[in-house]
Amino acid sequence: MDKIEGFVYILGDDINTDAIVPSHALTMRDSNEMAKYTLEFIDPDFVKKTKSLDIIVAGENFGTGSSREEAVKVFKNLGIKAVIAKSFARIYFRNLINSGMPAIKLKWQDANFKNGDAIKIDLNSGNIINQTQKLSLKFPKLPKFIMEVLEEGGIIKRLKKKFD
Amino acid sequence: MSYTIAEKIFKSHSQTDKIEPGQFIEAEIDLIMVHEQLGGRIHKEYEKLGLNQVWDPDKIFFILDHWVPAPTVSAAQMHKDCRKFAEKYNFVHNMGMNKGICHQVLPEMGFSRPGMLIVGSDSHTTTYGAFNCLSTGIGASDVVMVFATGVLWFMIPESFKVELYNNLKEGVMSKDFILTFISDVSTKGALYKSLEFHGESIKDLSIDSRMTISNMVVEAGAKFGVFMPDKKLENWLINRTDKPYSLVKPDKSAEYEVVVEYDLSEISPVIAKPPDPSNLAHVEELEGLKIDQAFLGSCTNGRMEDLRIAARILKGHKINPKTRMIITPASKEIYIDAMREGLIEIFLNSGAIITNSTCGACIGGHLGVLGQNEICLSSSNRNFTGRMGDPTSQIYLASPATVAASALKGEITDPREVLV
Repeated sequence: MDKIEGFVYILGDDINTDAIVPSHALTMRDSNEMAKYTLEFIDPDFVKKTKSLDIIVAGENFGTGSSREEAVKVFKNLGIKAVIAKSFARIYFRNLINSGMPAIKLKWQDANFKNGDAIKIDLNSGNIINQTQKLSLKFPKLPKFIMEVLEEGGIIKRLKKKFD
Repeated sequence: MSYTIAEKIFKSHSQTDKIEPGQFIEAEIDLIMVHEQLGGRIHKEYEKLGLNQVWDPDKIFFILDHWVPAPTVSAAQMHKDCRKFAEKYNFVHNMGMNKGICHQVLPEMGFSRPGMLIVGSDSHTTTYGAFNCLSTGIGASDVVMVFATGVLWFMIPESFKVELYNNLKEGVMSKDFILTFISDVSTKGALYKSLEFHGESIKDLSIDSRMTISNMVVEAGAKFGVFMPDKKLENWLINRTDKPYSLVKPDKSAEYEVVVEYDLSEISPVIAKPPDPSNLAHVEELEGLKIDQAFLGSCTNGRMEDLRIAARILKGHKINPKTRMIITPASKEIYIDAMREGLIEIFLNSGAIITNSTCGACIGGHLGVLGQNEICLSSSNRNFTGRMGDPTSQIYLASPATVAASALKGEITDPREVLV
């Protein structure tokens, strides 16, 4: 969990949950089927691209909108390993952490990331190395409580451990 | 220590001696609202825990409202899964699918009271802040946690104090204020914050109007939108609950990150253009824009005050034949009251379509879905791309008065021109 390696996919500001999982897909019972519609209004090829790109780098207010945790689940189903954003919508941030998905707040600049960049995230030291652009970026380390939840794979896994 | 309303309520719901912004705490939940999300991931994840019961079946408010009655087979199956779960775990407050929209029915039944900490599987759970309690939206994993333990982690938010003075003018509604506020602070300007509404205007704002404001604070990113309590709230609660409660006011020297004042008499009718609720225009700038659909309803604006002003505008007139108007009362209670007051007859005679109480059109689910390139003027809360239907359709948000006036003309119209 503490070190994550992957390739960047860039998204803009105010990407909302209706765009991540459109309402028409929300009642689907098969989450792999639902994942086929991920971000369809924003990038119809997104699902294909996740075969090689697996770290989302987004702008401000990522995940604004509804409480649908499916908007995190579809990313997990598509193999996304972490999400970096300039800021997160409140419920979406909770949903990411609760699902065991690292959520990193970083006020990044356009020159820091391009689509396809190979990056390495170190959650413990609060450091991202962009191997393609040959630069290193610091981010505010996640609070201890959140790191614990991530290490245990999300709050439900954490709860199960308590019961066991 | 001096505390804001949010800090006070968190303190009374946790074992922590001292509360300060940025701190992580575990808090005990008084009530959880859950709707169709239960039939999504929640029931599956909960079953995996292998528990025989939920923490407290008396503290769960369960209602079906998004896709009622089911417009598709998958929605019907989802409802079946929800009902099965609610029966298996003996939910005491199982509202079924004929009462209306969660954020209207829950307060109507007296479940939101001052001082409570309420969470719900819906982002507009902030609505109950109108009742001087803390309430906010959560996702599926959080719901599972509450069902199992009744406890949830929170970060203590900073608070913004929003002082309201003077009164809204004729034809201007609390929706115009909250849209103006969201535009001023932006969709992320209040991220994670607790908004506290204060000021002399509150006593003149109806409970309906307050609910509209608390409902939409989430569109500025806020965690809570809580109102100062007053006599009007207490009178409202008399008819709704016999449960005890205590009013929560902040300490005099409570610390606010931001203090901002609004003169409500300076607010005028506004419209949020696509694709987000902060993209503001004054109604005058858009006058004449043709609309295919006018939608009056949703948890934001489907209440009596909203229907009454629409009826005042529509009475004795016909809706423009090139525009369809869909009216969705927010609850069965409102539907019945509107019938008794003769509003439903006014709407039907004007050519509007009345639907049962549901989230239907607002979420692009059913009962008012938009086709390609269609334009809708809506009293709801979100104008995101594709939210109400085809991704090429466009949603403009406005007050019920502006929606009704525009339905009449078939184009965006200043309600002050038609109100007599």
